[in-house]
Amino acid sequence: MDLTLKIWRQKNATDRGGILTYKVTGVSPDSSFFEMLDMLNQQLIEGNQEPVAFDHDCREGICGTCSLFINGRPHGPKRGITTCQLHMRSFSNGDTIYIEPWRARAFPVIKDLIVDRGAFDKIIQAGGYVSVNTGGIPDANAIPVPKFNAERSMDAAACIGCGACVASCANASAMLFVSAKIAQFDYLPQGKVETTRRVQAMVQAMDALGFGNCSNMYACEAECPKEISIANIALMNRNFLKAKVCAEKEG
Amino acid sequence: MSFPFNAKIPAGPLAEKWTRYRGEAKLVSPANKRKLDIIVVGTGLAGASAAASLGELGYNVKAFCYQDSPRRAHSIAAQGGINAAKNYPNDGDSIHRLFFDTIKGGDYRSREGNVYRLAEVSNQIIDQCVAQGIPFARTYGGLLDNRSFGGAQVSRTFYARGQTGQQLLLGAYGALSRQIHLGSVKLYPRRDMLNLVMENGKARGIITRNLVTGEIERHTAHAVVLATGGYGNVYYLSTNAMGSNITPAWQAYRKGALFANPCFTQIHPTCIPVHGDFQSKLTLMSESLRNDGRIWVPKKQEDAEKLRKKQITPADIPAEDRDYYLERRYPAFGNLVPRDVASRAAKERCDAGFGVGTGLAVYLDFEESLKRLGKEVIEERYGNLFQMYEQITGENPYTTPMMIYPAVHYTMGGLWVDYELMTNIPGLYAIGEVNFSDHGANRLGASALMQGLADGYFILPYTIGNYLAAEIHTPRMTTKEPSFDQAAAETEARLNRIMQIQGKQSVDKLHKKLGHIMWEYVGMGRNEAGLRKALEELPKLKEEFWADIKVPGTLHEFNPEIEKAGRLIDFIELGELIARDALLRAESCGGHFREEMQTSDGEAKRDDEHFTHVSAWQFNEETEPVLLREDLVFEAVELKQRIYK
Ligand SMILES: Cc1cc2nc3c(=O)[nH]c(=O)nc-3n(C[C@H](O)[C@H](O)[C@H](O)COP(=O)(O)OP(=O)(O)OC[C@H]3O[C@@H](n4cnc5c(N)ncnc54)[C@H](O)[C@@H]3O)c2cc1C
Ligand code: FES
Repeated sequence: MDLTLKIWRQKNATDRGGILTYKVTGVSPDSSFFEMLDMLNQQLIEGNQEPVAFDHDCREGICGTCSLFINGRPHGPKRGITTCQLHMRSFSNGDTIYIEPWRARAFPVIKDLIVDRGAFDKIIQAGGYVSVNTGGIPDANAIPVPKFNAERSMDAAACIGCGACVASCANASAMLFVSAKIAQFDYLPQGKVETTRRVQAMVQAMDALGFGNCSNMYACEAECPKEISIANIALMNRNFLKAKVCAEKEG
Repeated sequence: MSFPFNAKIPAGPLAEKWTRYRGEAKLVSPANKRKLDIIVVGTGLAGASAAASLGELGYNVKAFCYQDSPRRAHSIAAQGGINAAKNYPNDGDSIHRLFFDTIKGGDYRSREGNVYRLAEVSNQIIDQCVAQGIPFARTYGGLLDNRSFGGAQVSRTFYARGQTGQQLLLGAYGALSRQIHLGSVKLYPRRDMLNLVMENGKARGIITRNLVTGEIERHTAHAVVLATGGYGNVYYLSTNAMGSNITPAWQAYRKGALFANPCFTQIHPTCIPVHGDFQSKLTLMSESLRNDGRIWVPKKQEDAEKLRKKQITPADIPAEDRDYYLERRYPAFGNLVPRDVASRAAKERCDAGFGVGTGLAVYLDFEESLKRLGKEVIEERYGNLFQMYEQITGENPYTTPMMIYPAVHYTMGGLWVDYELMTNIPGLYAIGEVNFSDHGANRLGASALMQGLADGYFILPYTIGNYLAAEIHTPRMTTKEPSFDQAAAETEARLNRIMQIQGKQSVDKLHKKLGHIMWEYVGMGRNEAGLRKALEELPKLKEEFWADIKVPGTLHEFNPEIEKAGRLIDFIELGELIARDALLRAESCGGHFREEMQTSDGEAKRDDEHFTHVSAWQFNEETEPVLLREDLVFEAVELKQRIYK
């Protein structure tokens, strides 16, 4: 396959950046999208140019490192996969492909296609865990958990923290990401204990970090490579309201 | 020469060693813990669990990783599960049995004391993880579900769909994040550790490169813990992440830490086969698939040839013409033989001309279990793996068998550590895959996650105190000391030297050459002539690197090529040590198969008389590396040929 690539190049955080055009030829349809970019970079290095910087690590759709807006869609044209799982058989010979970084105020560009998603870590640090120390724990089977709950919890826990939800949202909202963590724990007795505190702390961090509000457009669910459900957002909102009401009563 | 270091295995009966150790280990008071700094490099299962637990205890912890977030460490990719001796299924499991299976699975090349302790703490890990809110698979009764893995006849593997590593890592990352929030851990992401700083013979700090700005940074501590993962990428193609590397451990080796059993590398039997030259990594299909999938190739070479030419499909081969070679050769364990055995058996069939696909592939077939259990059950158990397979290959495993082939996956070798997980450099620890300790010559499935979390949650937090108790009077060091200047200067000089070459070959190109040499001569089957050939080729490759590598850009910016170049040169040097170790170990054991050493029916032949030892290599700038042997003493188990028939 021969392709034309229009790629966002930006030297560093302060550079303005812009789209440059490249050509790659002889790409196998069996190769992955990143193997195609590897080919381009090989070509650039040999031609004394700087290779395109992009984030990637596991290359099997689980670490959440990879990103990329491909032809205007996070993680490219196919549903339910990450960019690193995208294969060139999803494109046709002669295609022009636009490749850009995630765009969101809370995710500043570091270089070319790489952005800083540290804000996600900060949200988790605010309360995305069960507050237990190591050791002194009762037997794992001491508290039975209905299979249904365990499965729903796992559905939510499958989030890889890639940021596609934020990138796909017109308001750059992190609601899907945050609600997935809230839901994972809320479905389990071990996590439910802290739901109220957790929701408040995480939502507060999310707002402070410059993520936008949710206006129910559901682009996040459609673009999520792990198909995390927006039902989690409803669950979170319920708990957030409950927390507010409780706080007002107590206050 | 007798082994000059003490493995510090506590005296007493096996089952009492760890209890006894804990009872006698020195403690550090809470007030003193606050005065002590610990660096933890790596935030995988081992590093994240250690950093979180040490932070909880009150130490000042600094955690480092090269990714943008600790949650992305390669532990995230583990699929199948984690072992523990809970015996919930009531099928005869016990701590002793898990211990025994691990020793036997490792082909009697690990320490009894360490492995017993691992089995002992395994149950606590599951308790901990459940308390953290990890959504393990459950039965309708609400209790935890188990499945079986290779090398075991009991069901002791806990799992969270096909994403166990992800869930366990996110649990540890949560615990770590909580400590960051509480201020006991400070996080340094996008940092590459490039050097170890020593003072008075002790590990006192590290040199890192900030991957965003390119700045060379200095960090001090009273102890340094390396939790940097395995070195499978020395083969270029492996199931490891693109960034997985040996650099921190290799730099420690160059500073005097022993490197143990480098030739013990594991080839995983069930990976998606290589499809072309441009391939950048290999994808594992979890071993758990062997619970319900049957492995076969055609019985007739003509059929195999027709399949390769795509003239027929696997469905055209009638049952009587299929060779379920694992079930045939190993009736007792069948498709669940350990990894090394399954890998070699696949290679044997393919080398004999029965391979399918490109010729280097065998079938993993779910037809029968789909009929027996129904699509829904199979989907629930392996849904994401099937999806992953289809994504990569474009074929649907619900309707046609998967094609698989062995690939480099895990490295049992690593930094030598004693019972306390300390290397021979005082104050330098190694935990998780980067140490050599528990898996001998072959690791059983679902045991790496167990080991990483055992080390980080339940072992290091005890043993490190035993060392730090004597360090409470050691003041914090400033980073302006000569030892820091020297280490930083070394690192800068090395990076500058690489930048100045401006040759013709990209890092990836040379890395592929390294991978080719390693796979060809130091791969699944090894022999003297091949290993000697590798030892001729690798020094040449090293020269080629220093003469012809090309790194664009500058040092003072985000520059992935310089990161990769530094890792590559360390891999090339490590490759040589692997070949050297493999040559000297003239026996077959576990993942190390010396073709000269096999039984008449092609099974591995150990040589206990000459090789019941750990091969620990010591770096020497002037001469070749020096081999030190730590003899392994077996008191509780009897050494036997591993038989899975
Ligand atoms: C695809 C796959 C599937 C697997 N499935 C299973 C399974 O089902 N069950 C099982 O028990 N085991 C499994 N394993 C093995 C297991 O996942 C690993 O052995 C284990 O997770 C290693 O954990 P770790 O903490 O030692 O290292 P890792 O998780 O690899 O973490 C390494 C850490 O070190 C950091 N690091 C590395 N180099 C540097 C540097 N130079 N500077 C700074 N930081 C650095 C990284 O950023 C990372 O945080 C699997 C492995 C793979 C590859
Ligand atoms: S590189 Fe890990 S998810 Fe894409």
